[in-house]
Amino acid sequence: MSTLLEVQGVSVTFDGFKAINNLSFTIGLPELRAVIGPNGAGKTTFMDIVTGKTRPDAGTVRWGEMGHSLLSMSEARIAREGIGRKFQRPTVFEDQTVRENLRVSLKKPRGPFSAMFDRVTPEDTARIEEIAAEIGLSDHLNRKAGILSHGQKQWLEIGMLLAQDPRLLLVDEPAAGMTTEERNHTADLLKRLAKNHAVVVVEHDMEFVRRLDCRVTVLHEGSVLAEGSLEHVMGDERVIEVYLGR
Amino acid sequence: MGNSIFVRNRSVPIFIGVLALVALAVTFLSPAYGTGAVSVSFTKILGMTLCLCLAALAMDLVWGYCGILSLGHFAFFGLGGYMIGMWLMTARTEAVIRANLAESPIPPTEGEVSQATALQIFSVVGAEDWPWMWAVSDSLILSLLLVMLVPGLLALVFGWLAFRSRVTGVYLSILTQAMTLALSLYLFQNDTGLRGNNGLSGLQNIPGADAIGQERLSVWFFWASALALGLGYVGAAWLVSGKFGSIVRGIRDDELRVRFLGYPVEVYKLVVFTVSAMICGVAGALYYPQAGIINPDEIAPIASIYLAVWVAIGGRGRLYGAVIGAAAVSLLSTWFTSGRAPNVDLGFYEINWIDWWPVLLGLGFVLVTLFAPRGLAGLFDYLVRKEDT
Ligand SMILES: Nc1ncnc2c1ncn2[C@@H]1O[C@H](COP(=O)(O)OP(=O)(O)OP(=O)(O)O)[C@@H](O)[C@H]1O
Ligand SMILES: [Mg+2]
Repeated sequence: MSTLLEVQGVSVTFDGFKAINNLSFTIGLPELRAVIGPNGAGKTTFMDIVTGKTRPDAGTVRWGEMGHSLLSMSEARIAREGIGRKFQRPTVFEDQTVRENLRVSLKKPRGPFSAMFDRVTPEDTARIEEIAAEIGLSDHLNRKAGILSHGQKQWLEIGMLLAQDPRLLLVDEPAAGMTTEERNHTADLLKRLAKNHAVVVVEHDMEFVRRLDCRVTVLHEGSVLAEGSLEHVMGDERVIEVYLGR
Repeated sequence: MGNSIFVRNRSVPIFIGVLALVALAVTFLSPAYGTGAVSVSFTKILGMTLCLCLAALAMDLVWGYCGILSLGHFAFFGLGGYMIGMWLMTARTEAVIRANLAESPIPPTEGEVSQATALQIFSVVGAEDWPWMWAVSDSLILSLLLVMLVPGLLALVFGWLAFRSRVTGVYLSILTQAMTLALSLYLFQNDTGLRGNNGLSGLQNIPGADAIGQERLSVWFFWASALALGLGYVGAAWLVSGKFGSIVRGIRDDELRVRFLGYPVEVYKLVVFTVSAMICGVAGALYYPQAGIINPDEIAPIASIYLAVWVAIGGRGRLYGAVIGAAAVSLLSTWFTSGRAPNVDLGFYEINWIDWWPVLLGLGFVLVTLFAPRGLAGLFDYLVRKEDT
């Protein structure tokens, strides 16, 4: 396992409020990591920093074998480097069909002229159908994403992430709005992905985290409070205090 | 050709069919080739309307599909007109000068012809020399190139600055208004080289076509406008179909999501904005020879706002909506403001449509926004929906 992403000493302040405070975080390839923490701990903001949406006031974010800094790259460039993201609130293109949503996500050249002359190859179709089967949307390929249920939109966004085939997947609260069965399926899917990807999963649901069966990082007030197995961090007094003391 | 745009987008064959029918009808009603039921001036109005439809189509590309509410698109339309206008004026004036000088005992030199032409064109603004921007005005080919290049270049520079700084929404709209205002104020100056508020005139006199006559020319220009609109429609439909269209609509609906998929959003916006500006340039270059005159008033900020209103009334994001909106509103506008609409005498007050048309248009806009937010073309959806179920 080699280091893929290394975040070091990162801080972000919003209007005087320190959302991220001297945060350090490392993930290798392949690896599965769960990030937990109370509301407002800075989990989403952490993902915003890695994906270039929010620029930190201090710290470094290094990427890949060469340790390139992500801080000077645009969001689109970072995505092309191989970092994919599923948002906390499902964000899909509601006005477009499930098939179109998956098609724009497929790992292909991103320039405007490639897009103009892009043809759906048999391999593309096969991949789209394979993903649709995986996310349980095979029967919905030609329906607008806007009419899907909340859970189905979550699935579609996971499907878009699969289509992108990034090296690092940042998955923000994937299980929200899903049935127990769907949650289990999601957890198994993420575990399978983590065999050859780096996957960071933010989740509140402890059952889900337990099922992931991986290293856990606890965030609190913008810094890492504890890290280790789920049993280990749940036994940590400070973690107990943060979770119960609210 | 199972994958062709004619099959994938049902509106394309229908649109081309309707356009061809209109072109045939106008031809058979024109004085030159038919019964003469449609006058030369009305043929010109119809041809100009098609050009406005083409501009609206371009507007729909940026606004309806890419979500960029440009309120400066008439700047590109006007620039297209100015670029072809320079050639028309130069060639026409030169022909007249040559004819006049031919009677003098000593044949004039090329320099003398050029001098006399410049004097004839620019004396109204107190100048007698060719301004630099007329450098290629003696070449039709180069002038036609400029019709697309100049609006395209302005859009490219403006768009690059605006999109790179991530100016969006109402701020971008205001910037585009500022752009067209600045351009029209600049052109109003007498010393900028485009004859200030006199503009370019006599554009209906196509050089070397005196023998053809306006009767036939008006129909030819109508055909050219119809051809441009047809090509524009097919091109636009092709552009917004498939993956490119998917990405562009994605940018309209959720720009950030598109960025996180790895697409360089500003490059896409720039492509759409520039292509749309070039289409507007072509539309303007076909419009003004039919109108006969262009002056800086044409690109006043209000003109671009009207363009947006047409698209909104017709219905955004469906191409034919923009065309329907532009055709309906601009024809109505011509009817009401040309004095053809009968005044309404209320006894105590007489409604004069020349004054009251803008009020009616504003009212129509409000009604459409309230009761048919998807525009006039959106009403088709109800018909289609009924068919499907
Ligand atoms: N753009 C912003 N401007 C101001 N404050 C912000 C902004 N983004 C986040 N915050 C604040 O930063 C803190 C961390 O937010 P963040 O969304 O990262 O928390 P989280 O751990 O994802 O919480 P949750 O579990 O509720 O999703 C919160 O207090 C939030 O209000
Ligand atoms: Mg969050």
